[in-house]
Amino acid sequence: MTTNGKPKFAMYWAASCGGCEIAVLNIHEKILDVDANFEVVFWPVAMDAKYKDVEAMEDGSILLTLFNGAIRNDENEHIAKLLRKKSQILVAFGSCATEGCMPALANLSPLEEVVSTAFSTVSTDNPNQIRPQPTYTVPEGEIYIPKLYPIVRTLDQVVDVDYYMPGCPPESHQIAAVIDLVIDVLKGKAALPPKGSTIGAGGSTVCDDCPRKRDVKKIKEFKRIQDVMLDPEICILEQGVICSGPATRNGCSALCPQAGSPCIGCYGPAEGVIDYGARLLTAVASVIDSNNPEEIERIIDGIPDPVGMFYRFNLGGSLLRASKAAWAK
Amino acid sequence: MSEQFEPVIIGFTCNWCSYRAADMAGMGRIKYAPNIRLIRLMCSGRLDPTFVIKAFAGGADGVLVSGCHPGDCHYIEQNYKAMRRFYLLRKLLSQMGIEPERLKLLWASAAEGQIFADEVTKFTEEVRALGPLHWNPAAALLAEQTFHQPAEVAA
Ligand code: SF4
Ligand code: SF4
Ligand code: SF4
Ligand code: FES
Repeated sequence: MTTNGKPKFAMYWAASCGGCEIAVLNIHEKILDVDANFEVVFWPVAMDAKYKDVEAMEDGSILLTLFNGAIRNDENEHIAKLLRKKSQILVAFGSCATEGCMPALANLSPLEEVVSTAFSTVSTDNPNQIRPQPTYTVPEGEIYIPKLYPIVRTLDQVVDVDYYMPGCPPESHQIAAVIDLVIDVLKGKAALPPKGSTIGAGGSTVCDDCPRKRDVKKIKEFKRIQDVMLDPEICILEQGVICSGPATRNGCSALCPQAGSPCIGCYGPAEGVIDYGARLLTAVASVIDSNNPEEIERIIDGIPDPVGMFYRFNLGGSLLRASKAAWAK
Repeated sequence: MSEQFEPVIIGFTCNWCSYRAADMAGMGRIKYAPNIRLIRLMCSGRLDPTFVIKAFAGGADGVLVSGCHPGDCHYIEQNYKAMRRFYLLRKLLSQMGIEPERLKLLWASAAEGQIFADEVTKFTEEVRALGPLHWNPAAALLAEQTFHQPAEVAA
């Protein structure tokens, strides 16, 4: 591998949607700064490189790796371990890597069910119920596909992580700010934040950045967004539509509630929150206007999928991690 | 011969009522199941659902939440807050596969030592009947897992 003396940069996607990669490319001309200051050595979405090229690199030879995606299969795990070994700074980038995000909602179902949903639901044309096999012998030899794990993990449940960058995906201006910071560190003009820090986000909640008025209303019924005309001034949660702002880290400038839509929690747990769903549940319970058990139960019937609602992005990183159906044999 | 399963139960009590009820049960030498470990909070309203989730994630088989009777909370109406969280939490936990019977809400005044003791014993028996929970998602990763061809197709 040629080297031009610049520090090396890598980015990888594990169980992800590709949105995090787009968000990085979306920093526009700032991407030129990345090129000017780094040698990109491995970035499957943007350049051709093979795993064996990474395997051949010296340990610790990559300065900065942005790792997006959760750990769903043995390939994800292998590359996570490999990049950990080769990188000085490993960043869990985006919600999938930091807390599991959408891929980890599969932690509510046994693997068999996940696989049959993919290969044999009504909309799937698979009359012979074929399933991909982990290994298959063809005349040229044996080929294999990665093996799925029964539960999806976050990056830090698999390897040691230096920094966390939340968001689904992280906002481009936050990515640009982090790149500026790293470049300043390289030039000796700034110091790295303490290991384990969350970078590219605020230290408070989305509610803190939201201009809507709070503490004005309580509710007798939860509603879905499509069934109400929201008042533009008042807190969305207090209008009976669940908003994740109270549990979610700020960093996006409260984009969604400002656009008339509830925050769904893509920036993950706010500073100090141990279990995201527990925090959100507390906030949601506080707007229920009733002291009567039967009425309370009737009101919460309006939340048909509490786990999906309270852990939409965070199930993989939550204290319970997966439903019993998914982990117990 | 199989040994009887002894459930681990975590009980959150309010300083002003249910903790005193437990104290009273103790002083009156009222017998109750020894499976419960009590944690005293100033008020049931202090109960962060995180505590309950952490208890289950850490291996508890049952969790008891107790406080002053509705209307009697020393911080006016914090126990109603606890009540609203309780029902929502129980629904969430049941979706995770934790049976609703593993989480119990009990109102007990400082004078109700006997009621407290009886309810703890009853709850312990209910949880014993459900069997161990032993929350351990990481265990699933040790099991060999692959795609399975449905049997009728493999033939
Ligand atoms: S965090 Fe969001 S945008 Fe990034 S890979 Fe995951 S799902 Fe896609
Ligand atoms: S709950 Fe949502 S709408 Fe209400 S203040 Fe917080 S972010 Fe804004
Ligand atoms: S408001 Fe919430 S869901 Fe919307 S971008 Fe911000 S953190 Fe994400
Ligand atoms: S003081 Fe006992 S529940 Fe509030």
